[in-house]
Amino acid sequence: MRLSYPTNIRIIRVPCSGKVDIIHILRAFEKGADGVCVVGCIEGDCHFKTGNFRARKRVEQARKLLESVGVGGERVKMYNLSSGEGPLFARYATEIVDIVKALGPNPIKRFKKNAA
Amino acid sequence: MIVAEKKPIEEIIEQVEDCEKLLILGCNECVTVCEAGGKKEVGVLASALRMYFLNQGKEVRIDEVTLERQCDHEYLEEIREVADQYDAIVSLACGVGVQFVAEKYHSQRVYPGVNTCFLGATEQRGLWTERCQACGTCILAYTAGICPISRCAKRLLNGPCGGSSNGKCEINPELDCAWQLIIDRLKALGRLEDYEKLLEIKDWSTDRAGGPRKVIREDVQI
Repeated sequence: MRLSYPTNIRIIRVPCSGKVDIIHILRAFEKGADGVCVVGCIEGDCHFKTGNFRARKRVEQARKLLESVGVGGERVKMYNLSSGEGPLFARYATEIVDIVKALGPNPIKRFKKNAA
Repeated sequence: MIVAEKKPIEEIIEQVEDCEKLLILGCNECVTVCEAGGKKEVGVLASALRMYFLNQGKEVRIDEVTLERQCDHEYLEEIREVADQYDAIVSLACGVGVQFVAEKYHSQRVYPGVNTCFLGATEQRGLWTERCQACGTCILAYTAGICPISRCAKRLLNGPCGGSSNGKCEINPELDCAWQLIIDRLKALGRLEDYEKLLEIKDWSTDRAGGPRKVIREDVQI
């Protein structure tokens, strides 16, 4: 398929989006990530039944917390797609990069030494 | 167990805004089970606070420690060596833990990170309900194992009142009438005749009405 998507995305593989905890999302921002998107399976298609629903809730919690501490809740987003939807993944990847670019860099990096 | 809820982070920030070294102190007991103040919540709060301070241009050292319990001397002693290094301690334990930390580390600023709510049970994940008010004189033997003190809005000893309809309480249509539950259970136990026995006026001096309470057990004292 040889699809291209932005190169400034770092993919972290997890066995299920339900593995992603709020602390993982927060740590990414603390280490200097400008945005985080969690990509889970289509809702209703989770191999572990409810993993992607859990992920969605945690993304929502992280969003609220990041908003409260001034980092910006829009920097975190959840997408759902199946493993066969390569073109859609490329589109989502472009979308999140555009969203984050429009928001600018993670504000804590202005003051953080040795930011990623 | 003691059920608590996380305080909004804005409220915690307001208290610790001027600090440069902070200790977030979790508790491995009740507040871990009700997901308000365990190791995980300590990590989340510490991470969020670090980002908040960095965003304000302040590099604040925020350490994370979770003790086995905060309501026992022996566990609280574990932070003896480090406690005075911090400008303040945010305790995510229940009100008991927060006060015990404050008592033990007298000259240290201590703030609560949770709102302590009640003594309750985990009905399901994410749902905790009140079961006990620690009144000091348990009457569960006479009320089919269902407590009218904690579960009846009026704390009636001989209920139900006229506000009970279709098994629900008049203050909230989702709230079970404790006395309906008691009668249903007495029926199931085949002991409905117990319902006819009147409960006498309760001795409230063992409740908060008698002032702060104390349990003294000389037999276990060393």
